[in-house]
Amino acid sequence: MKISASEVAHVAALARLRLSDEMSAKLTEQLNDILTAMDKLAELNTSGVPSTNHALELSGAMRPDHAKESLDHERALANAPDSDGQSFIVPKVI
Amino acid sequence: MELHELSLTQAVDLLAKGEVSSLEMTQALIKRIEDTEPQVKAYLTLTGEAALLEAKAADQARAAGQAGPLCGVPAGLKDVLCTAGVRTTCGSKILENFVPPFDAFLVKKLKEAGMVLLGKHNMDEFAMGSSTENSGFEPSHNPWDLAAIPGGSSGGTAASVAAGSSLFSVGTDTGGSIRQPASHCGVVGLKPTYGRVSRFGLVAFASSLDQAGPITRSVADAALVLSVIAGHDPADSTSTSRPVPDYAASLGRGVKGLKLGVPKEFFVQGLDPEVEATVKAAMAELISQGAELVEVSLPHTEYALPVYYIIAPAEASSNLARYDGVKYGLSVRAEGAGLMDMYLDTRSRGFGPEVIRRVMLGTYALSAGYYDAYYGKAGQVRTLIRRDFEAAFEKVDAIVGPVTPTPAFDIGQKVDDPLQMYLSDVFTLSTNLAGLPGMSIPAGFSKAGRPIGLQIIGPHFAEETLFAVGHAYEQATDHHLRRPPL
Repeated sequence: MKISASEVAHVAALARLRLSDEMSAKLTEQLNDILTAMDKLAELNTSGVPSTNHALELSGAMRPDHAKESLDHERALANAPDSDGQSFIVPKVI
Repeated sequence: MELHELSLTQAVDLLAKGEVSSLEMTQALIKRIEDTEPQVKAYLTLTGEAALLEAKAADQARAAGQAGPLCGVPAGLKDVLCTAGVRTTCGSKILENFVPPFDAFLVKKLKEAGMVLLGKHNMDEFAMGSSTENSGFEPSHNPWDLAAIPGGSSGGTAASVAAGSSLFSVGTDTGGSIRQPASHCGVVGLKPTYGRVSRFGLVAFASSLDQAGPITRSVADAALVLSVIAGHDPADSTSTSRPVPDYAASLGRGVKGLKLGVPKEFFVQGLDPEVEATVKAAMAELISQGAELVEVSLPHTEYALPVYYIIAPAEASSNLARYDGVKYGLSVRAEGAGLMDMYLDTRSRGFGPEVIRRVMLGTYALSAGYYDAYYGKAGQVRTLIRRDFEAAFEKVDAIVGPVTPTPAFDIGQKVDDPLQMYLSDVFTLSTNLAGLPGMSIPAGFSKAGRPIGLQIIGPHFAEETLFAVGHAYEQATDHHLRRPPL
């Protein structure tokens, strides 16, 4: 087993997902299959090989720090599930 | 010829000569949508009424001498691209009612060039899939054979261009999502070099791999669309500030004297014999026109799949953290429930099974104790894959091979086996990992009548070479001129 049912539950909590028992069982099986296929990478000796995080050589992009027009409140809140016209309203945190 | 059968360049020509108005063309396309949508289901959202107004405005702009390069041409766009005031779902229930307050950079460019927007195309949810069966709404169907998948994730887009319900379009490609559906639907699909087209307003899947590009009916059409959407955007720091070449000028270069590499790793067990025969026939045509074919090796090809399915889900798990029910999209708030419940309920109800699978996989690969073994290792092997291409391009100008291992499979055939589904992209993934441009062009049909594509891959920013090869091939063949029996 590459990944156990309890690890699946832990990862789901990290990813903020609530899984049904049926979905957990199916995912455990599928993730095991997929992770087993990933084992192929272990065949390769990669010691000393640098990592590629971006395919093109990119350096930090700098730009002048000028204020620009941004979305006004009305447009920024237009898709809000709940708002008072000034802020996004969310359920109680504590 | 009916208006919906035109290529983009033919449509542009007719409009420029005044032989047809944008209003007439847009009305014809809307009629075509009405005729084909019940079978093909390429669109998620239709904007017909607004399109007629835009068409009238385009005709007025032309009369005033202000016609852009796409003035009055009606088209739909993949629903991963934000369109101001027009619902953008990304194929997901979690964005079912999301109306963006802005246009994606490339959408803005298309509108400035005069495009008339017909609607938004169906896709696999968050561009995760190879068949559109992962759409949160409904699968699209292949216009050549309605029992077959159109490919994915830009399946609705490729199906629509093939069916004539869009005169051209733009899709996105993270691991093959432009080229694979283009191959399956018998149209041209180009994934440009990473950074050639701004990703601003493209709903993010895997930010180091995502790239938007044209899906069209000819290579000349793809060159025209790329010339409109390419260019630097200050809002995307990964978009290149290299000048945009005159892509149309590259079309007539021909292939004489070009060295084309044939990777032996692309011709292995699992490659369908009809696909192999079709691709080899296309290579023979290129040889007859003066290209030299050279065997090359991309020894790490077989590792692209595991590398991709670590890196892409890892980036996705981070990108998709934004869907939390706070600012936009679905928000599930049970009576008396707290913030954490809102997160859990919103995401679990809003995301479909494949998205949940990839978010889980990516979260796992990035989690404490597993990072080095998965994400770290994948990044190193990505370097080896990139070096394979660098070595090959020291010897050849471009690489040619298959796009997909098989012609389009049947709807439902692979839906319960994610690993089998992932194998559909085995020949396309590595170009995204290396950031290279790749194009699929129509190269023939299987005995069952399903299209087969030829893939052309170039070095970074060598789109002109791809256009030269593709256009030369098209001049000698008529696969791209065939239209599905709808």
